[in-house]
Parts: sequence; structure tokens; C-alpha cells
Amino acid sequence: MSGANDPYDPKQVAALSPESLDAAVAEAQRAFAGAGDLEQLAAVRPAHLGDRAPVLLARRELGALPPAARADAGKRVNAARVAVTEAYETRRAELEAERDARVLAEERVDVTLPWDRLPRGARHPLTTLTDRIADIFVGMGYEVAEGPELEAEWLNFDALNIGRDHPARTMMDTFFVVPEDSGLVLRTHTSPVQARTMLSRTPPIYVVAPGRVYRTDELDATHLPVFHQVEGLAVDRGLTMAHLRGTLDHLARSLFGADAVTRWRPSYFPFTEPSAEFDVWFPEHRDGPRWVEWGGCGMVNPRVLVACGIDPEEYSGFAFGMGIERALQFRSAVGDMRHFAEGDVRFTSAFGVEQ
Amino acid sequence: MRVPIGWLAEHVDVPAGTPVEDLDTAFVRLGLEVEEVHRPAEVTGPLVVGRVLEIEDLTGFKKPIRYCQVDVGEEQARGIVCGATNFAVGDSVVVALPGAVLPGGFGIAARKTYDHVSDGMICSVRELGIGEDHAGILVLGDDAPAPGTPAGPVVGLDDVVIELAITPDRGYCLSMRGIAREMGTGLGVAWRDPGALTPPAWSGEPAWPVSVEDADRCDRFSMIAVEGLDPTAPSPWWMRRRLAQSGVRSISLAVDVTNYVMLELGQPMHAFDRDRVRGPIAVRRAREGERLTTLDGADRALSSDDLLITDDSGPIGLAAVMGGASTEIGDGTSNVLLEAAHWEPTGVARTARRHRLPSEAAKRFERGVDPAMTVAALVRAAALLAEYGGARVVGSLVDVDTRGPRPTIALDPARPGRVAGVAYPPDRVTELLSAVGCTVDGDAPLTVTPPSWRPDLTDPADLVEEVVRLAGYDDVPSVLPTAPPGRGLTERQRRRRAVGRALAEFGYVEAPSFPFVGTAALDALGLAADDPRRQVVLIRNPLSEEEPALRTTLLPGLLAALARNLSRGIRDVALFEHGAVFPGGERSAAPLPGVDRRPDDETLGALLGAVPEQPWHVAVALSGHREPRGWWGQGRPAGWADAVQAARRVAETAGVELTVRAGDRAPWHPGRCAELLVGGRVVGHAGELHPRVCAALDLPARTAVMELDVDALPPAPVPAGPRLSSFPPVFVDLAFVLDEGVPAAAVEGSIREAAGELLEAVRLFDVYTGPQVGEGRRSLAWSLTLRAPDRTLSGEEAAEVRQRVVAFVEQALQAELRG
Repeated sequence: MSGANDPYDPKQVAALSPESLDAAVAEAQRAFAGAGDLEQLAAVRPAHLGDRAPVLLARRELGALPPAARADAGKRVNAARVAVTEAYETRRAELEAERDARVLAEERVDVTLPWDRLPRGARHPLTTLTDRIADIFVGMGYEVAEGPELEAEWLNFDALNIGRDHPARTMMDTFFVVPEDSGLVLRTHTSPVQARTMLSRTPPIYVVAPGRVYRTDELDATHLPVFHQVEGLAVDRGLTMAHLRGTLDHLARSLFGADAVTRWRPSYFPFTEPSAEFDVWFPEHRDGPRWVEWGGCGMVNPRVLVACGIDPEEYSGFAFGMGIERALQFRSAVGDMRHFAEGDVRFTSAFGVEQ
Repeated sequence: MRVPIGWLAEHVDVPAGTPVEDLDTAFVRLGLEVEEVHRPAEVTGPLVVGRVLEIEDLTGFKKPIRYCQVDVGEEQARGIVCGATNFAVGDSVVVALPGAVLPGGFGIAARKTYDHVSDGMICSVRELGIGEDHAGILVLGDDAPAPGTPAGPVVGLDDVVIELAITPDRGYCLSMRGIAREMGTGLGVAWRDPGALTPPAWSGEPAWPVSVEDADRCDRFSMIAVEGLDPTAPSPWWMRRRLAQSGVRSISLAVDVTNYVMLELGQPMHAFDRDRVRGPIAVRRAREGERLTTLDGADRALSSDDLLITDDSGPIGLAAVMGGASTEIGDGTSNVLLEAAHWEPTGVARTARRHRLPSEAAKRFERGVDPAMTVAALVRAAALLAEYGGARVVGSLVDVDTRGPRPTIALDPARPGRVAGVAYPPDRVTELLSAVGCTVDGDAPLTVTPPSWRPDLTDPADLVEEVVRLAGYDDVPSVLPTAPPGRGLTERQRRRRAVGRALAEFGYVEAPSFPFVGTAALDALGLAADDPRRQVVLIRNPLSEEEPALRTTLLPGLLAALARNLSRGIRDVALFEHGAVFPGGERSAAPLPGVDRRPDDETLGALLGAVPEQPWHVAVALSGHREPRGWWGQGRPAGWADAVQAARRVAETAGVELTVRAGDRAPWHPGRCAELLVGGRVVGHAGELHPRVCAALDLPARTAVMELDVDALPPAPVPAGPRLSSFPPVFVDLAFVLDEGVPAAAVEGSIREAAGELLEAVRLFDVYTGPQVGEGRRSLAWSLTLRAPDRTLSGEEAAEVRQRVVAFVEQALQAELRG
């Protein structure tokens, strides 16, 4: 090795000659190109880029040159080193690409294999549709009110203007409870929640009350002894039937599409007056667009307001109620009511966790 | 209420050619719900009026057979064989000629039968599809048109019957009279009131001595007597036809007339055999111990609340509901007392309900009958009995009438508009109320006197409804009100939703069941005699005597649903249900306060307090594989641990900390039952079903269930965000060998207690039993994550924690560290 202060000896610095540098570069390029895989490339790397590689040894000789020659030789050495490095990197990139392509091909799997190791369950469509309806009303500022299924007879009937001997009472097909004077029934509708709400809150009242109700109907394809309703009640100053229609139209559009509207038919409920049954225009019906019967509605009967301690001269209200099963029947084309009651997982699973 | 359109058209000028669909729409707009449209069965081919010319009785057959010569308007009479005998020479009948096809595809052809060629058929009403009467052929009256006239229109073959559902406030629409009034208004056409009848000048002694002792419940009682009724006179064909269309069976002329008048005018009537009435008639309440055998043959014990029609022999009729057998008109009755009265509705309802007699009369009186109609009904009935039965009225009318004046209603003419959100001009309000039959006086307020047939109109709100209804509901616009801001769902409501959603995402399918149970289901669960879940609320009128109670646990319904799925060939089933249960037990009766004002706070408290708590439970049941077999390998059978994990998932979702310990409770396997606690309170159980329960319910072994009282879970605290340390953790693995009886939860608790604040997490990663740890012992291996909030833990610190944990667990649980 030559020191910085050694006298110039052209023989000892032959390594810096353009010929030997070119030869070293060519030798390295050959060696790298000849490497068949990354292992071989790694094996030949030290000879051309390692500490003892010709281009690196040549660099050390630069100090032995007179300053005038040093810059020129330095450029040559650097160019040679860059060329060798480039040759190496190029080959390495080629070989890595080859290896990656091979390995990834080898790692190919059948992505269609099923992996349902923990199948998901489902919520019942009655539950999910009930929640959806409640959410629509919550979006309008309503709150969700509740009441018990085993209910005081007074709240289920009397407070709603259905007196002891009223024909509507016998028409309700009520389940009564032992003993005879218990004063309790299985609620025949969600309307007692109206009375509970008016007895416990002061207007303005805007509530929706979903829940399970009971009638003494034998189970068959079109009847359920236990079914679900959603009740709505609004009591405020200046409420009119127009507000009732607006509310029902909004519900219909939210649930059945922008083209849905409601239609009213005069009817009778002791707790509303005027009363109507309402149909909804359902464009998506499987048998073509049509009106389908959905529920009942009306203006809260002033007698009910009085029984619940609300001044009918100051406040008015509207109320409505509809069957959830009924809505599911046409919205989801469910033909047989018994499907709602059997708990068959094939039925419920079709609806998922959120329908 | 069935409305034959032909009958309706007699009273209303229905424009000719009005399609049935238009009538349907008009009814619906008036609030008369169309339940069904009955169209007569189709008859094609020649069907004509015939006159019987000759009858030859054929002998030698098992039944009487007639060979008749019938004039059907052709040059020659036709020979027709007939098996009926209820007709005579000269009668007009309906003949189906060869080529006719009767309802049911019954084709008529000339054919040889009973040794004669029958060239057509003489028809019964049933063969024509217009009634059920098959006792004989249809004999038309003397006013029948000439032989050969097409018979279809004569017998009303083309008459459509519209069946209406009448709401309880519209009793007047249970009559053609009421329907005609509504349709006249609805179609905007002329109509005639069939009740506008004035009595002839009946004179002489009153028809019968009558006294009304309970005027509150009978404010009008009218009666006439007729004599000379021919008991064998048949009801005219048209009357029988209309009764059949209305769903009423024809019995005899006298009975048919009372029924017909009821359908026409809405006034129920009763006919007594005058010769069987003993002494004066009195209307009074029943006395203790009195009994009455009613027309249906039932011997009934009477209540002192029952209103009766009596004579010297005692009760002869259950007022407004059903007549008595002792004065029933029969085959030989020729002298009749006709009664038409007005009875107070709620009393009628009580009697009808008490005796389970929802008769046509009771149905009408409960809903309100026009008290002005009693005499008109008698007039109409007397005329019909005279015309068709030769009866004549004797003596004068009895009419005990104690009705008071009808109270008027003051109505602000702007009120209907305020309710509907539609501006009705005052004269429009008056016009519509007048169409209902009200008398309207004054202007602001209007003084409205409702008509006698509308007892339902008592309040301004009732009048408002009439105005809006007749103006049309379609006039009401659609305006969305602005509700004040709401607070969203309550915590309880959010929790219920979250629990359901979590279990569904976790693999369980929701299966809501009816909450009815019976003793058998509770027995199958192996509940002890004193188990509180046997304290049930009983239903007085259950759908099934097998299931007369309300559930106190969700398990019977859920296990039944599980069994149903298994029976349908589904092997791996995981179900959940959440809903109310109904614990029984003694409680005070709920009061029934009045409704003229809000109940006072004490009464309201008693009322709400009498309604039992109905806690919201959640339950799961699973069987088969929790994880199915697949290409990845064997499946994992469902078991007790899944049930416990479902409870943990529920608690996590609810944001509360659940503690699990060994429990023992039916219907669980005593060694595989977890008691679930929150804050020291037992909130439920989970684990494997007792093998006996599986056997009793025919469920697979190892079926696992969980039930938990969601309402017993305390409110979740608002979660505090954890401080996250970014310093590196130290992982420490420890395996302890312990007595098998030491619960893993106890070991984990000890580890947590000893490790202190540096413990970030601890997790059981292995359980080993076998020869290496010895009989009755097992090894539990734990992975601890230690981390300090403010520094990198040194090796010494970690070693110190490890040492502390080992020493504590060894000492507290007689464990030894596994080397």
C-alpha cells in the first residue's frame, strides 16, 4: 500500500489506469450477470463491491498520485464504482422480481373457499322494522314511550273511552287475567301507552310506542294471537288532522319510498274522533303498485284528554297505530303469518342483523 | 251487514248502470268498510219461468218421484222428472232447459231417468246458487211472470250483495234504512225513508195490558195484536230471497216478517203466541232465583241485572236479547202479539255477554236503535202479515213512551275546520249536519239537535267528525308538524337494542315466542314445587288449556323453538330471545276509577302499582355445532362455555362487569351451571341443560342455555378513557398446579390482586390435567402483560412482580409453580 507521502510510482498505481478500471468494471458486470439467483449474486458481490474489490482498492491508491493527477483519476474511479454498483443493483432487482413472481405464484390460494367458522346470527325482522320505524320518529323529535304487556284494564279500555259495556270492548277479543277482579288484561293494543304518557307528561307530547299486543285469535296463516303494533301520539297546541296526515305521509315515504302516500277511510275508534283507517300507496308491491291497508288514526278524543288530565280546550292531539307484521307482510312479501311466530332460523336469517 | 243492491235500489235512486266498484268506493268513503262483495254464481243457457200443468206421481221407487208437464212458453209442454213434492199444479217454478249450466258446472241435458225422459230440470234455490234451502224446489209467487220469461232477473240471479263491516258507533247502518240514508248522501241522489210510515187508525181495547217498571232501561215499549194468521202461509219468495241474501234462515211467515222488518228498519221485534201469554205483560228486572228457557232451548239462571218481559207465569223473554220458549210461535199459531221496544244499550250488552247470546237483536240494541221506529216497525209487520198471512190487527196500539227530549249540542261552526285543518264555511257545516239528519239552529254557536237514530252524537267532537267525514277526508291537506327537540332513546332502550344486535352479530338468531306456558313446560324444566318461577299469572280465557299461564322464564318458548328447528332438519341452532316475563304472586286489584277527570294521585298510584313488574330477560339456547365442521377441520360442538360466553357478551354490551361462579339451579346440569352476578347480585344463569331436561324435551344432550335479567343490570358508568403507555411491555408466563376445585376465576383474581398496577392484562392460555400434575389437580397457564405508565420496566421490577404473584398465588390457593 502506498502512503500519501510516498514518491510517485506509476507501477504501483497501475490499478488507476483506465484500462484496468474498465477491465474491473467489465469483470464485475459479467460476474453479476452470470449470477442465476440472489444467493449466487450475494456470493459474487464481495469480489466486486467488497473491501478488496478492484475498484475499491484503486480508490485507496488515489492518495499516491500527485494532486494534479488526482482529480482525473478520482473521476475515473468513481465512475467505475458507480458502474459496478449499478450493475449489481440492476441484477439484484431482476433477480428479486423473478423470485417474488415465483414465490407469489407458489403462494396462490383458492379465495373462494368458505370461512364461515362463526356464522352470524340475525335479529328478528319484527325487531328491526320496529327499530327502523322508531328511528324515523326519533328523527322527527319524538321519544319512544313504553308500557307493560300485562296492563291495567282501566288504561287499556276505560281511559280510552271504551266503557265497561261498550261493544268495542267485546270486539277486542281480550285475554283476561285471574282473578276476575284483578283489573288486569293482556293489552289488546298499544294505545294504553297513550294514556300512560298523557298521565305522566305534560304537553307538548310527541311519542311513539312500539310493542307487543294480544287478541284471542287462534294462530293461522292470517291471524296471530300475539302481534306487534307501533302507536304514535302527539298532543300540542293547534294540532290538526292535516298534521296527522303530514306525519303519516312522512312515515310512509321514509319506509316505502318517495312515492308512498297515505289515504284515509272514515272509521271508528272510541279514543279518537274523527277516526280513520289509513292505507299506504306501496309502489314496490310484488303484485304491482297498490293501496294496502295499514293502520288506524285520528284526533285524540277530547274525552280521553279529560280522563288523562289534559284540557281539551287548550290542547289537541292526534294518534295513530299500525301493525308491524302487516307492514312486513307487504314490504317483505311474507305470505304466512305463522312464519313470524315459529322461530325458524331460515326465516329470520334471511333478514340479517339490520334489515 | 249484508246489503243486496236490488233491495237498496228500492230505497235509493242508484243511477242505472252504476258499477259495483263505484258503490264499493262510495261505501268506503262514507266509513262503511266493504268486507266482501258477493256475486252470485254464474248460470248460463236457458233458464225460464215455467208453470206446472200436470203432475204424475211415479211409484215403485225408493222415494217419491214426480213426472210433470211444465209450460215453459213453448208450443208444447215439456216433461220433466222431479224429486221434490212441495209444489202443485198451477205453481210457477224456475226451469233450467237442456243447454243450461248451473253453478258448479252442472250442465242440463235431456236424459232418461226413472223410466221417463226428463227434458230439463225444475230448480231449487241451492241449485241456482242463491240460497241453502234444499228442502224443495223454488216456487215463485202468484205474481210470477208468464211462462217462458227468462228467470234470472225474476229470482235476482244477477243481484250483488255487498257485505259491510259496521263500526259500533253506527248502529243505524245495521238496516237498509240507515244504509239508504248514507248512500243517498254519498251518491248525492234521492232516497226514500222506508220508516216513514204512519199507523192506521187502530181502535178498540189496547192490544194487551202492559206495564214498564224499569223506564231507565226501557223508554219505549210498543205492541199490537193480530189475529187470524194462517200458520201454514209461506213467506213470499222475494222475502225468503232477501233473508237468504242477508244470511238469515227462513223459518215461518211470522218469524220471517219480524226478521225482515229488522233488516229493513233496524228495529228488532219479537212475536209472542198470544194464546200462550198469561195475564198482563210487565217489563222488570229478574228476581233472585228466576230462570228462563230461551228460544234456543237453553235453561238460563237469571241475574238481577237482567231485564225481562214477564207475564203471570214469570219470565217470557230476555228483553232485547232473546224470547222465551213458553210463548214461542209455532206451527199452529194464528194469534200473535208483536212487540217493538227500545232498550238501554249498556244493559243489553251486559245481558248478552252474561248469557253469551250475541243475537242480531242484542247487537243492534247495544249499538243503538232508533227509538222513533217502534210503531213504524209494527205498521210494516202488520201490513206484511196481512198481505201474506191473512192476519188482521185487533184492538189498539200499546205505546208506553217515556222518552225525554233529546239534548242539544252547542257547536262553534269554526270548530270542524280547527280540527281538520280545513276551512269549512259555516253554511257548509250546517248543510252537512242536516244531511246527517240533525236539526241546526242559530249561528255562533250552532244549536244542533241530533236525529233520533244517532245516539252516538252527544259531544261537539261527534259533530265535527260527521262534518269532516261527509265533506271527505281527502280534503285534509298534508302538513308536517314541528315537534320540540327530543332526547333520543333512553339508556334502557339503547341497551335492549345493543344486546339484541350483539347476540345476532355473535351468531345467535332471534326467535321471539308467544309468552304462554303450561305446567307441563315447567315440569319439563325440572322446577321444584316451590320454585318462584311456578308462581304464574293465569289467563282466564287461554287459547289452549295446556298453556293457561304467562311465562316467568323465557326458556320454555326458546327451547320449543330450538326443538322445532331441529325437527325441521336444521342441526346447528343458536337462538336468542329477549322480552318481558311475568312473575306471579299476590297483589291488589287494579282500581277502575271514573273517566270524567284525571284520577287523583292516590288512585293513579294504586292503579299503576297493581300492574306487576314485567322484567326484560334475555336468553340463549344452542345445540349442535357452535362452529361448523369445514375444510379447516372439525367443528366445535356447542356447550356450556358458549352459554356463559353469551352472558359475558351481554354484560360487555351493557357496559357492566359480570362475575361468574359455580351455581346450581334448574334446569341446568348441577356441575355445569354458572351463576352470573353483577355487583354481588345474581342476575342469571348459564350452562348445560340437565340431562333429564334434555330427555324430557327431546333435545340433544349437551344443549346449552343462558337466561339473564337485563333489567337487573345496573346502569353502565360513563366509560373513562384509559391512559395509554407507550413504554414497552414485559411478558411473563406462569403455570400453576392447583387442586381441580379451585376455579380459574379465583386464580385470575389472585394474580390481579398480587400483580398490582403494573399488570396491564392477564390471560389464561392453557389448562392441563394429566399424570404430570397428579390426580385431582390441574395446571393453569397464564400470560401476564406488565407495563408501567411512565418508564420502561427494568428486569428487576418485572422479576419482583413475578415473584410477588407466585408467592401470593401459592400461598392463597395452595398452588405450586410449574417449573
